[in-house]
Amino acid sequence: MSAPFSWIKPEPHGIYIPPADCWVDPSRAVGKALVTHGHADHARGGHGETVATPETLAIMELRYRTGAEDDAGETPHKAVPVEYGETIRLTGGVDATYIPAGHVLGSAQILLEHAGERVIVTGDYKRREDPTCPPFEVTPCDIFITEATFGLPLFTHPPIEDEMAKLLDRLAAHPDRCVLVGAYALGKAQRVIAELRRAGHRDPIYLHGAMEKMCRLYEEHGVDLGELRLVADYSKDDMRGAIVVCPPSALNDRWSRRLPDPITAMASGWMRVRQRARQRNVELPLVISDHADWGELTRTIKEVDAQENWITHGREDALLRWCQLHQRRARALALVGYDDEDD
Amino acid sequence: MDEFAALIDALVYTRSRNEKLRLIAEYLRATPDPDRGWALAALSDGLDFPAVKSSTIRNLMKDRIDPVLWSLSRDFVGDTAETASLLWPQKQMAPDQPPSPPSVSETVELLEAMNRKSAVTELPKLLDRLDPSGRYALLKLATGGMRIGVSSRLAKTAFAQAFEVSVDEVEEYWHGLAPPYPELFAWAAEGEDPPDIDNLPTFRPFMLAHPLEETVVDLSDYAAEWKWDGIRVQLVRAGDETRVYSRSGDDISATFPELLDMLPFPAVLDGELLVRGIVQGGEEGGAASFNALQQRLGRKTVSKKMLKEAPAFVRLYDALLVEGEDLRPCPWTKRRARLEALMERLPDSHFDISRIVEAKDFEHLAAIREGSRDDAIEGLMLKRKDSPYIAGRRVGYWYKWKRDPLLVDCVLMYAQRGSGKRSSFYSDYTFGCWDGDPDAGADLLPVGKAYSGFTDEELKKLDRHVRRNTVNRFGPVRETDKSLVFEVAFDSVHESKRHKSGLAMRFPRIHRIRWDKPPHEADRVEALRALVRD
Repeated sequence: MSAPFSWIKPEPHGIYIPPADCWVDPSRAVGKALVTHGHADHARGGHGETVATPETLAIMELRYRTGAEDDAGETPHKAVPVEYGETIRLTGGVDATYIPAGHVLGSAQILLEHAGERVIVTGDYKRREDPTCPPFEVTPCDIFITEATFGLPLFTHPPIEDEMAKLLDRLAAHPDRCVLVGAYALGKAQRVIAELRRAGHRDPIYLHGAMEKMCRLYEEHGVDLGELRLVADYSKDDMRGAIVVCPPSALNDRWSRRLPDPITAMASGWMRVRQRARQRNVELPLVISDHADWGELTRTIKEVDAQENWITHGREDALLRWCQLHQRRARALALVGYDDEDD
Repeated sequence: MDEFAALIDALVYTRSRNEKLRLIAEYLRATPDPDRGWALAALSDGLDFPAVKSSTIRNLMKDRIDPVLWSLSRDFVGDTAETASLLWPQKQMAPDQPPSPPSVSETVELLEAMNRKSAVTELPKLLDRLDPSGRYALLKLATGGMRIGVSSRLAKTAFAQAFEVSVDEVEEYWHGLAPPYPELFAWAAEGEDPPDIDNLPTFRPFMLAHPLEETVVDLSDYAAEWKWDGIRVQLVRAGDETRVYSRSGDDISATFPELLDMLPFPAVLDGELLVRGIVQGGEEGGAASFNALQQRLGRKTVSKKMLKEAPAFVRLYDALLVEGEDLRPCPWTKRRARLEALMERLPDSHFDISRIVEAKDFEHLAAIREGSRDDAIEGLMLKRKDSPYIAGRRVGYWYKWKRDPLLVDCVLMYAQRGSGKRSSFYSDYTFGCWDGDPDAGADLLPVGKAYSGFTDEELKKLDRHVRRNTVNRFGPVRETDKSLVFEVAFDSVHESKRHKSGLAMRFPRIHRIRWDKPPHEADRVEALRALVRD
């Protein structure tokens, strides 16, 4: 009998499971990877085999062409789809169950079970409602490995309806201009569009070219985004009074010169802090995040009520302190390669 | 307060100067007195409430949040007021009790009535009446200095635009009036007579100089003077009272009481405040180093001993008003002639005149400037002979031609996160020189700190360097692995007991980042010490 939890090893490049010889969200190419969701810092290309939800696999296929054939006409990458709620048996007697994480389309927490011990790796998650993906499910476990991107008590994401109203009010006040919304191309952009539709905005929404394929992929998975148009196909005048969505990197790029006097907005949890918005030259900060805020993080730790909490990327110091103040066992994992700057 | 908070938020997120002017002007037109006057004061010079300081806010927060969580949050945000506005527990109002945010003037009254002790109970009551934006505006207003990208000049320009008056006229009256400026609004907004400031010893904005850089001027059009290394002051006598103002318009009369009975007639004079000595320009120069003057700055009272050991005097540059006559529209040559004629009516114990530096031509002048370091003088001033005295910086009239900076190679030791625009970036650097031979095991000693001289792109690279090469963390400070060399530029270096190295640099800034240079090739402390001219 080996020591408790010796079958799970946090390493700098991801979480390693020795009996199954596979990794969770490794930040470099490995033989076999379990992937929580499609964001580039969790889903890298080049693995030999990837176990993920069908939606995440589709996203990875789109981003890394993981389904491409090599010169011999074979597909070297092996994609193993797992539906939400489904359990897959790995080698070495390790079971993996994929549970909704509420972060983006296809995002999952992975419950790992071995020798009667249960470990959950959340990847990224939130507890708010999101029309583009099923909600986070609280699942009991022994070790809860949580993210901490917004792990500071000052982060409280306001209700998304308030932020949509802010956006639509500004749009209505400037019928000759457009509002250019910087939003992460996978997840945030589609959620903002879906929320705009839910708020009753029926006008065509214009897209930066880099967003098109991901939006189409969402639509193929049943997320209704309404009428979408490509900026490249329309004139300045067409876009007056319209919402344009682009990746954050394009906000202050020359690309935006083709737009009618854009009001620069950005949808991100960081927008809660004024100076962060100023650094980005954002005129209309929209506090919208696909990550749990402080209240959600601490509530989740309480509800899951694991024996031990492992805290990964983000502001782990503060969440660690909170656990200490609330007599919960916790440790910080120093994983490299996770990047939170765009959310 | 809601409208003021909305204005502050809009200004924070606006880049365009014209848009900022429009926002402020619109607020000033739409808001009643005295709210708009207080708001104008907050945006321009800032209001001062002695009972509320950053430490007051920190202490309030200590009772409401775990201190570790507070400091982690404060460190991330980079601004105490904003952090507190976000972390303040929002008071839940009963449904029959609508929120009652205070007006700006009510806020000001309540803040003025507070003392250190009562602030502990009164400030929370105010915070409870506001939402996060309102709390931010309140805390910024209360602690002075909004730091939201609006200069005093911009606020005054917006005032002038709002009511279609001249901004120069606004500047002229400004310093004779106090917030909430009822006379100013009565004049500009209601068309009443302009405020009467003739019998008040008010500050008049300084004329400033541009750096000369590559410009070459013809000495038949320009006169040259030494740029003395003291502090620029304005001496104003009106209505039997004399005041001394600093460059920013602060009244520093109490710090230099020996000057207050020395001006025998009404006038506004511009000059350099210096302490007697022989460092600057030798016996003939007659002035001590800036370091000697520094001992006297920032004091509210001055001891007899200090008056005797470091007597101050003013080396006059210019005359703006003399006995009711406004000389500012006159050419410099005429003002200079008047100033020279005035000298015999002024006691030479406390006044002299900044002499003209004679040179055959520009090359000759350049050679004279080369020698200014040994004379411990900052450099030269070039003044166009036909220039009127105009507030602010106008191209082509006055130039400052500082001597070239000194350079030394230092090693980055510690970095701290900046605040404001640079919050989250490691932008404040402490650097050191070798205390002996680095190859024989000598250590680095910190010699200075700088947070300017690099571009935004370089800042990003430096930030990355700090994050990747951290060996230790002390709260907001990171110690690096001492692998990066900075070429540091500075104006002068002085003995100082405050630093371990015994040296203090004047105006150090990063001149070049030497990504290529191995740290053991950086300079030693003794090389820096050899540059001291005290």
